[in-house]
Order: sequence, then structure tokens, then C-alpha cells
Amino acid sequence: MTDISARDHTWRDDLRRLFRSVTFDIGAVIVLFWVGCAIFGPSLVPHDPFADDLLNSLLPPSSDHWFGTDQLGRDVFSRVIVGARDILTVAPIATLLSTLLGTALGLTMGYFGGFIDEALSRLVDAVLALPTVIVALLALTALGTSTLTVLFVIAFSFAPIIARTVRSAVLTEVGLDYVAAAELRRENTFYILFVEILPNVLPPILVETTVRLGYAIFTVATLSFIGFGIQPPSPDWGLSISANYGMIGGGFWWTVLFDSLAIASLVVGINLVADGIESTLND
Amino acid sequence: MLIFAGGHLLPGNVGRAMLGPFADPTAVEVLNHKMGTDRPVLVQYADWIAGFLTGDLGESYAYRAPVAPFLLTALANSAKLAAVAFVLVVPLGIFGGVVAALYRGRAADRILSVAGLSATVVPEFVSGIVLILIFGVWLRWFPISATWKEDAGPFTQLYHLILPSIPLVLILFGYIARMARAGMIEALDADYTRTAVLKGLSYPQVIWRHVLRNALLPTISVIATQTVYLIGGLVVIEILFHYQGIGSLIYTAAKKKDFPMLQAGVMAIGALFALTTLLADLLYARLNPRIRYGGRE
Amino acid sequence: MTDAPAFDALTFENLGVAYRVKGQLRQVLDGVSLTVAKGEAYGLVGESGCGKSTAAFAALRYLPRNGLVNKGRILIDGQDIGQLSGPDLRKLRQFSVSMVYQDPGRALNPSLPIGAQVAEVFELAGVPRAEWPARVHDILAKVQISDPGLVMQRYPHQLSGGMQQRVAIAMAIASNPTLLVLDEPTTGLDATVEAEVLDLIQHLRRELSTAILFISHNLAVIARMCDRVGVLYAGRLVEEARTDQIFASPRHPYTAGLLRCLPQAGRSKDKAMLATIPGFLPSPGSKITGCIFAPRCGLADETCRSQDPAFTRVDGRASKCHYPDRIAEIEAKAEAPFMAAQQSGAAILEVEGLAKSFGKPSQRQRVLRDVDLSLRAGETLGLVGESGSGKTTLARCILGLLTPDEGSQLRFDGQSLAGTTAKRSRDQVKSIQIVFQNPDSALNRAHSVYRMLSRTVGLLVGLRGAARDARVKSLATSVRLTERHLSAVPRQLSGGLKQRVAIARAFASEPKVLICDEPTSALDVSVQAAILNLLAELQATKGVSYILISHDLGVVRYLSDRIAVMYLGQVLETGPAEAVFSGPHHPYTAALLSSAPSLSGPSEDRVRLTGTLPSTANLPAGCVFHTRCPRKIEGLCDRVAPSQIDLAPDHALACHLPPEQLSRSVQV
Repeated sequence: MTDISARDHTWRDDLRRLFRSVTFDIGAVIVLFWVGCAIFGPSLVPHDPFADDLLNSLLPPSSDHWFGTDQLGRDVFSRVIVGARDILTVAPIATLLSTLLGTALGLTMGYFGGFIDEALSRLVDAVLALPTVIVALLALTALGTSTLTVLFVIAFSFAPIIARTVRSAVLTEVGLDYVAAAELRRENTFYILFVEILPNVLPPILVETTVRLGYAIFTVATLSFIGFGIQPPSPDWGLSISANYGMIGGGFWWTVLFDSLAIASLVVGINLVADGIESTLND
Repeated sequence: MLIFAGGHLLPGNVGRAMLGPFADPTAVEVLNHKMGTDRPVLVQYADWIAGFLTGDLGESYAYRAPVAPFLLTALANSAKLAAVAFVLVVPLGIFGGVVAALYRGRAADRILSVAGLSATVVPEFVSGIVLILIFGVWLRWFPISATWKEDAGPFTQLYHLILPSIPLVLILFGYIARMARAGMIEALDADYTRTAVLKGLSYPQVIWRHVLRNALLPTISVIATQTVYLIGGLVVIEILFHYQGIGSLIYTAAKKKDFPMLQAGVMAIGALFALTTLLADLLYARLNPRIRYGGRE
Repeated sequence: MTDAPAFDALTFENLGVAYRVKGQLRQVLDGVSLTVAKGEAYGLVGESGCGKSTAAFAALRYLPRNGLVNKGRILIDGQDIGQLSGPDLRKLRQFSVSMVYQDPGRALNPSLPIGAQVAEVFELAGVPRAEWPARVHDILAKVQISDPGLVMQRYPHQLSGGMQQRVAIAMAIASNPTLLVLDEPTTGLDATVEAEVLDLIQHLRRELSTAILFISHNLAVIARMCDRVGVLYAGRLVEEARTDQIFASPRHPYTAGLLRCLPQAGRSKDKAMLATIPGFLPSPGSKITGCIFAPRCGLADETCRSQDPAFTRVDGRASKCHYPDRIAEIEAKAEAPFMAAQQSGAAILEVEGLAKSFGKPSQRQRVLRDVDLSLRAGETLGLVGESGSGKTTLARCILGLLTPDEGSQLRFDGQSLAGTTAKRSRDQVKSIQIVFQNPDSALNRAHSVYRMLSRTVGLLVGLRGAARDARVKSLATSVRLTERHLSAVPRQLSGGLKQRVAIARAFASEPKVLICDEPTSALDVSVQAAILNLLAELQATKGVSYILISHDLGVVRYLSDRIAVMYLGQVLETGPAEAVFSGPHHPYTAALLSSAPSLSGPSEDRVRLTGTLPSTANLPAGCVFHTRCPRKIEGLCDRVAPSQIDLAPDHALACHLPPEQLSRSVQV
């Protein structure tokens, strides 16, 4: 027997196990499908998603219009495919921002503790005391509706959640002696935070970020649905549902059903990916 | 405070916003003065807090009428909807979590966990639309609007509220089940559970006496924090089902830039959250001997 | 057993237990046969990973879900427990066998009062409900709980560790079982509490007829408690004998090795190095032909490497060795000690009036009070005391990781030391370093060994490039790490290797003072010996001073030149190691020394401490020790704090008793 253990598992083994997870695979396929639609959709769809055709409005699904047409006669199928674009731009950027901000905040709170932690925790609690949708409504009313505002609102209201996750992971790490050892060789704070501690708290950050991405999509879609998110004439799913759900009683189900299923499949896909990552890391 | 700041970060002035861009400047002045919006912000804030504490919530810009009655009706309506959702989801969620934990690692657990979590990330309006299509439009089992006639009795009201509450239930089920499951698994793996088994207690005795109580304690605080998510969901659900609750009140106020109404609504939600958190903490402390009796002597 | 009705309490017949890990079976116990007779106490010893706890849980048929008995069978009172139905198994656990394990705080349900938890045992035994309170009261009194009525209403978290373990024992013996399995019942408890719990178990044994299977990694505890001992190595029973026989003349090289690497009374760094067992424990499930111990055995020859020896019984004792008669041959070639470093006698580190408190003024926790210590160049100062005595806080204050209270004075080499590392000069920081208790916590699991060492060399010594590399390599060599280890990350290394890395890092800046905070408590004895040898060697070659914190008096005695005894944040006694061990000593030192179990069997005149450690937020008036002191002088000790008296030059203690009345150790 050698003295360097053979059960050394690397990130490559982790990846291999990740791909073996069924939930992850299903989720990844769904997410990749929509990412593909967002990137290549506009050049692949059968009809121009923006072109009105009032003579052919509200047609039920047919061989020409697979998902039917909406009030303005636009092809629902083309709009659903292209509709992935805006939400898949705004949500990931917002998530990335909130992860960066939340990680920095969580590291600071967990490492310094004391008054800094106390003060920042209060702030975090204050933000978390209101539902994101309400915070967004307030901010959007105050600052005016724009995609950029949506992006920042989500980034700012998700950052505290990530900060809380990071903080509790950091608290565990700070109790470990390697941090004391670093202080005993006079490392600077930046090095201790980002080189000593950060690598050890990456797994929970990764999981939380993936979960947050799902909720970012949730939030963008919801805001678009209530008219405070992505603005017309985008073929965004939430926006389309908002424009068409009033006619639901008239039986024009195809104008809202496919968009709904698109949103549901995307968030569930991301959630499956998150679940796969989490169970791989926790093994 | 943040809420108030939000209302005042607004570009331009309130009078202008209400009367429109073409109104006579003097009229705008007069209106601003009448509403007090030309005074220093801090003065307005102090005024408003004082008002909030005494129950005077100011006057709605949009309706030119006191805010309080609108708010109370809306809160009462939302409370009904939330109550239906809670009564459905809390037992379901806890039961789901307990079952998942007892069958840990097996198919039942995986299905409950993955499905539960997936349900929590689907926006309420999406599941709402699908539910309306299936049960309202195709099967015609439930009304597609939650608003009932004025003289409707409690059962009719309940009947109207079933469909709107399901999206909320779907959102919350996963959270509660997940927490309940985590608490259960921790308790099942605990040494004291081992002690109970090795005493020779039967499996149901072990679960009832030793596992459940310790497992579900943390779930209580989760249920409290979930009220926030529930309220966030109310906005969308109330719009979708045409229901006059706190969510649609805030939404309408935001659309119409009716700040007193918006502030009062948001403040009410903040207060509600603080209250439920407090209640949950008290309940938790009541049930947890560690807090009830302090440290060792 | 020949008498038909008299079954043994427990029998393992060729027992094999395996765990299914990632679809493969790992054999954790293999071919273990032993019997525990009615009323007998049988000890099972071995290092971590040898399968002790698996054996314990197998005896109650309580294996983890991935564990299974795949060979042989287990009989309790003549019943094959593998064949029992669910209800019968519950009956067995209710009446015939019970268990007490480590960490009593977790073994009790946190949300039920003690009374209700103990009453369950009587409920299961069919006692009428009306009698439960009285029965619970009786059984708690039996485990020497002084106020059972009060304790019954308490919740577990309101009791001390020792009390919690008494409650756990009470539940285990309430049904007067045939067999009581004790799995490391005192590990993690303080020495004085451990001694109390062991006393209690001894006492109960005399009263009850229960047989005991006692599992421990601690040879001395086993020696004190058991009639017969079995030694487990890598899942096999390698030796079995009466307790007195096995410790006097082991008949398996592994047992002999274990005994020789213990730092026992009489062993010290000045006399000889400790023996070690070379090599590593084979991982469970690995296929080894021949004797499983052969790769690490000094006697091993071709026979050993090709044929697995049988577990042969001769004269009531058994050994799984081809050459049980040749054990004496591998008697340690007692390696000469390193020349003791020059101890100049000049103090290198001085601590004066050191105090440290935590918390708000209203609830001030005074963890250290008025600590005076001095450390001389090249010596080892052993710091002993129960947990909560402030040893680690003291270490952290000296290092500058915690800022002492106003008025405390720390001097290094005559220069005053600032309260935090940030305010100290680089020279001061590099001169005072530490080896932490647990290498898993002390080493960053995301960094390679090379990175950890080179970063320290770079920052504190200021070397760059090739000079730094060379220094890292020489450091690694000095702690017997090879260059291969440098690229490894901590999880690829064994516990002993990790601690070597931590030691290398501590020596990277050539410190003058090194604090060793329980440097071997996370390690097995065979690994501990190697680490202690290394520390002794480095001290001799580099002339560094150590402050050694340890709860293990053997370890302290082996390495220390002087000893300071701490209690509740104060130093009660300081003196040369020999003087502190032989006495006259402070009543607390006497209690501490007499509570440590030793291989030479139970000491008769143990000093017993009563009560629990007072809280640092509410320190006793007068002498801090008076609440637990067996020799308290009423009216004096509880009023006036004693001042330090010098018994001899360099040997001082704080006690009101006149020196001639202080106790001395019987065994030196």
C-alpha cells in the first residue's frame, strides 16, 4: 500500500459522476435546447415572429402554423422559439451579478464578524423581508420600467440570499485552523478571503447560483407578465401570456399554453441541473 | 424606511405625474402643496410614520379617498386566499417531507424531492394558466375568476378560491417538504434515535416519540419565512384570477403611481412578515426546551 | 461451555461483517471468534479502522444499511441473533443486551425530559405506569446521581457530560441485561470525569451480573476495566488473553508494538525514543496473502508472507502469529535519544498577569485570569488541565490570534509583544508558531503541500525562487516527507503525514517558540509515537522551546521539562516535570494525576473530585478550586484566594494547605 491514497478523486471524477446523474442529464438537455433557440432561433424559425398578419389572426394550430397564431396573426411557434432570447440574456446576467455581489458580501460578513456582520445582516434581513416581486414593483415604479432596472433589481434582491449561504459556509471555514495559520504568517486579508477561504466554499456557491438562475427566470417571467419586465414588441413568453390570457375564456388556448410550457420547461430544466450538481457535490 | 425612500426616489414631482404633462404649472403647484409633497422629505416621512402608527394612512392619489379602508378590505380578501393555500399546503408539505425521509434514497423520495422542487420554481402565473385551461376552460369544474357575487356564502367563496390557491400550494409544497425531509433525516440519523431503537422500541414508537418532534421543529421557522413568498405570489395570482386582494392593490397602485396606497400596501406586508416571524420564533422557543430552559446549571 | 444451560453472554463464531461501498463489498471484520462469559468484562482494543465499533453494533444487530454479516454468526445467551424476527429482536434489545456509546450529549433526546426517556425502558419491560417514577428514581440513584428527583425533570442539555453518560448507563442497565456493550464510553470526557464514569461501571459490575463488552482505543482504560482482552487488527482478532498476561507478555507482534509505542510512566525524551510500528494499516477489503500484519512486522519471513497463521489457543490465551514465542526478539533496539538541546536557563517568553475575557460586561466570561508563566530557551513546558481550563485560549493569546485584556504583559526575548499578529514585528511573528490539534482543520484542503510550505517560507522568511524551493524541500525532508508528498493535497495523505506537513509548516520560519496544541490527540498511538519522536528530534536539533498542551499525561511527561497545571483560567502549580509528577502536589494536580488510567492497573487511592467545573462567567470566590477540592478548609479556601508558595526553587503552587500536608504520588 502506498502512502499517497489512491482514493484521490478529482474534479474530473466529479464531472463524470455528474454526467451519470439522470436528473442532471435531462435538465441539461432542456436547458441546452432553449439556449440553442435563444442563439440560433431567429434564423431557424418558419415565420417572422414580429410580422403581423391580421387576416390570419387567432388561427388554431395547423400544419402551417404549428402552434397557431395570436391576435395579430403572428406565428406562435416562431415567437415561442425566439422568446427564449431576452429572458436568457437578462436572467443569467442578473444571476451572475448577484453571485458576485453576494459572495463578496458573504465572505466579508463571515470573515470579519462582529459589528460588520451585524450591520450587514440587518440589511440582508431587511431586503429579504419583502418578496422580490414587491421590491421589483417598488423599484420599477420609482425608477421607471426598463430591462436594465429589472436586471439590477434581481441582482440586488438575490445577492442577500447568496450572501447568507456564503456567510454560513464561511463561518464554518473561519473556525478552522488554516485561517489562523494564514494569519500567523501575516497573509493579507484579500489573500485569506479569496485564495484560502473561497475555494473551499465554492461548492455551495455553485449550487446556490444554479438555483438562483431558476428563480431569476421565474422573476423575469413574472415581472414581464405583470407588465414591469421585458417590454413589447419582444416575443418574450411572460409578455405574450400577459397579452393573450384575457381571451382564455374564449378558448384560444394555444396563445398562452405553449408559452407557459416553455417557461415551465426551462425553469424545471435548470432546477434539475441544480439538483444534479447538488447531489454530486454532497456525495 | 426603505419603502418610503422608494416612493420618493421618483423622478419629477407627484403633482405633475398625476395631472399629466400638459397641466397648468400653477395647478401642479397647488396640488403638490395640498398633498404636502412640496415639503422636505424628512418632514413628510415623520408625518407618514406618525400616521401609520395611528392608523391614518393618508389619502390615495388615485381615488382621492383615505387609503385605510381599501387596504383593510384587500388584506381581508388576501387572508382568505392565503388561509386556503396554507391549510392545504402545510399538512401536505410536512407529510411529503416525512414520507420522503422515511423512504430516503428510494424512488418515492426521488420523485417527491425532484417533483416538489420543480414545482417551486414554476412561476405561479404559468401553473395558474395551465390550471385555468384544464379545470376552468376545458373541464369547467371551477370558475376562472376568483371574485364571487356579493351575497356569496362561505362555501361559494371557498369554491372560488380553490383554483387560485393551487399555484400557491405548488410553490410552497417543495419548500416545506424539503425542510421537513432535511429535519427528519437529521433526526433519523441522530444518536438519540439509535438509543431509542436499541432500547427496543418499535419503529412507530421511535418515529412518533423521538424523531418527529425533533425533526419538525426547524420546519416551523421555514413555514413563517415562506409567508413572504406567498405574498409575492399573491400579486400574480390576484391579477390572473381577478381578485381584489393586497397583491392586486399594490399592483394597481404601482401602475397608477398611487404612492400613499403603494406605501401603505408594502408597509403592511413588511409588518405582516415581521409579525409572522415573531410568532414563529415564539412558537419555536415554546416547543424547544433548549431555549425554554436555558443552559445547564 | 460444558454446562448445558449456562450459555455465554456473547459469542462471535467466525464472524465476518462487510460494508457495500459503491457496489463492492469491503470486509471490515473477518473470521472473528470470541466469547464473553456471563458476568465477564471483555475488552476489545485496536486502532481506528480496525472494526471495533462494527463489532459492537453487530452484537446488537444494528449495522448501517450497507452493512451485512456475511460470515459466521453471533449468539447472545445462546440465541443466534441473525435468525430473530422483528419482535424477537426488539425483545432481545429490551431485556438481554444494551449499549452505551461515545458522546452522551447526543445519545439522549434533546426534547424529552430525562425522566420520560428513562421511563420508556420500564414501559417496555411491562412495569405498570404508576411505578415508573419510583423505578426511574431508583435507577438514577443507582448510577450515583445525587438528586434523582431533580434530574428527572431536566432536559439533557442542562446536564454535564458526566451526568449525561450516567443517565445513558442508567437506561442501559435498567432492564438488568445479560450483556452491556460499552463503545468508547468515556472518550471525549475529561480525565477526571472519565475516572468517575469508569468507577461507576466498576461499581455496577460488582452489583449486577451483567457481562460487558468494552470497546476502546485506550489500552490503559481496557487494562483497568477488563478481565480479558482481544486485540483487533484490520478486522481480525490477532491476540486474546487475560488482561494481566497480555500487558505483561504479549504474544503477537502488533500487541507488543502497541505497548512499546505508548509514552508511559518512566519514558521521557531524554532517555529514549519511542518505538514505532512502521507502515500503514491495510485498507479494508484489500487482498493480502499470508499474515495481515506481515508487511509491518519485524519478525516476518517467507512463511508469514505466504501463509495466514491460524488463531491458535495455548493455555487459555490465543495468538494469530506463526512465532508467538519470539515476540521478545523484537524488543526495541531502544534508539538513543537525541542530545538534549542546550537549555540556557534564560527566559525566552514571559507571560505576566495575562487575562482574557469574552462577552458583554454583564456576562463576562473570564477565561484567563492573572496567568504568570515563563518559558526558557530550548525547554518544553507542558500545559495540563481539564477542558475549559483556558489552555487553548492562553496559546492563542501568546500567538496574537486573540488580544489579551488590558494590563496583560507578554514579552519575547525581553521585548514586549503586541496583542495581535498584525501589530507584531515580522521577527516576532515568525519566532512564535503553532502546531494545531487537528491537521484536517489546520491544513487548507484546497491547497497542495508545496503551496502551504512555500507560502510560509516566502512570507515569513522572505525567500524567493530557487532559494525558496530549496528551503521547502529541506523542510519536507526534515519531517520525513518525500518530494512526492509536496504535490499532494491534504485528503491524499494519512493523518500522521498531515500532521508532519503541519509541523513542517510551523518550522518553516525557524521559530524560537512552538506551541503544540494537542499535537497527537487526533492520531492513533502508533502514529503518535512517530510524531512525538519527530518533535523531540526537531527540538534537539533546532533548540526550539515548546509549549505542549495535552490532556494525555503520558505525552506531557514524555516531552516536558517543566509543567504548568491550569484550572479555570489560572495556573495552580508550576514546576519541573518530575517534581510535579512525584509531588508534593496541589490537590487538583493530585486529582488529575490519579484519574489517568495506567497500564499497571487501577490505582487504589484515587483522589475523587465532586461537582462540575464552575462557569467562567461566575467564578467561585476565594480559591477557584474550592468548590471541588476534597481538602477544602472551610471558612478559608472559600473566602481567601491562596498566594503562590515556593516548595522548591522553580516549583510553586497556590494552596492554603501547609506544604507538608500536600500529597505525593505513590507510583513515580
